[in-house]
Amino acid sequence: MWSVLGAVSRAWKLPGLRQFYTGYVELIRNTPFIVQLFFVFFGLPSLGIKLNEWQAATLAMVINLGAYSTEIIRSGIEAVPKGQIEAALALAMSRSQIFFHVVLRQALMKVWPALSSQIVIVMLGSSVCSQISAEELTFGANFIQSRTFRALEVYLLAALIYFLLALVLRQVLSAFGRFVLQRRSA
Amino acid sequence: MNHFTIWDMVRNLLLAARWTVLLSLIAFGCGGVVGVGLLLMRTSKSRVLRNFTKAYIEVFQGTPLLMQLFLLFFGGALIGFDLSPWGAAAVALTLFTSAYITEIWRGSVEAVSRGQWEASSSLAMSYFQQMRYVILPQAWRIAIAPTVGFSVQVVKATAVTSIIGFVELTKAGSIISNATFSPFTVYGFVAVIYFCLCFPLSLAARKLERRMNAARTN
Repeated sequence: MWSVLGAVSRAWKLPGLRQFYTGYVELIRNTPFIVQLFFVFFGLPSLGIKLNEWQAATLAMVINLGAYSTEIIRSGIEAVPKGQIEAALALAMSRSQIFFHVVLRQALMKVWPALSSQIVIVMLGSSVCSQISAEELTFGANFIQSRTFRALEVYLLAALIYFLLALVLRQVLSAFGRFVLQRRSA
Repeated sequence: MNHFTIWDMVRNLLLAARWTVLLSLIAFGCGGVVGVGLLLMRTSKSRVLRNFTKAYIEVFQGTPLLMQLFLLFFGGALIGFDLSPWGAAAVALTLFTSAYITEIWRGSVEAVSRGQWEASSSLAMSYFQQMRYVILPQAWRIAIAPTVGFSVQVVKATAVTSIIGFVELTKAGSIISNATFSPFTVYGFVAVIYFCLCFPLSLAARKLERRMNAARTN
């Protein structure tokens, strides 16, 4: 997932791929996740690409998160002051050095809160993957519900688990942001 | 297997898209109304009200929309609220929308500088007068762009209601693709229609954002 993010966000800086990524981001951000998921799972086999539920779910989530995080990281990159890049150029750093050591770090630090809330949203969105019978929490809840008919309890519990997951994930991500990103910058 | 021409598919999808649009409007309208109420509570001076709305927002932002739908639709029926797919979808989306929209608006209200609150309270204005005449007119300018942006999220969120059997665009897509065995084309069209619904909204949000920013810096 993260490698995709890195590659994608970098592409914003390359003029050739720019149009392609603009199209990609606009397309993904303006269509619902469930449609993307159905497209990947039901649609792609007619092109000869067969994926099982897990692969399809993962692919759709990566594509989805990739588009949103591209936008987020791009805004971070644009927020890095020009003076930083000029200073790095003055130190005779190469383009890739500048990008990795100067720009990307600061950009990630700046957009980390936005990025982590997007990750939480994608985690919650994963509940939709039960629709192509990927066996995750919602699928489990549906299964138990269909056995016991105790919809209220089962779904309440599932919602509670999601809620706790979201809380924990948010804490972990913000801790990661605080320790890893801050220390690297120090 | 039925024979569907491309036009048949598109026509049926467009017919179903009406419900997507209508549901989005309902969710956004009702969500907005509930949102205003929550906003007043969220920014009020009473700690109980503030904490209540905070918890409300946390719960709705911390659980998937799909779970909220299931709880209302399947769970609600068990304790006596027998909702149709329509009703469940509308209620769940309204609650979902209101939680997010309240947070957006709260951000805008808080972006109005404190001096404005202090100045208006020194003029002996009541809380509602402050809101009505001083804070909201300013906050509105800040809020409009992200609100339009959020409406895109609402349109996309309606797709999830297909799971509880509400026939909107996505559900129509799966029905048609089951009948025609050509999911690639059908879901392609579904995606295109969603894109046509959402892209103008995204563009509008971006344009508004730019305009409001320009207005503020000048």
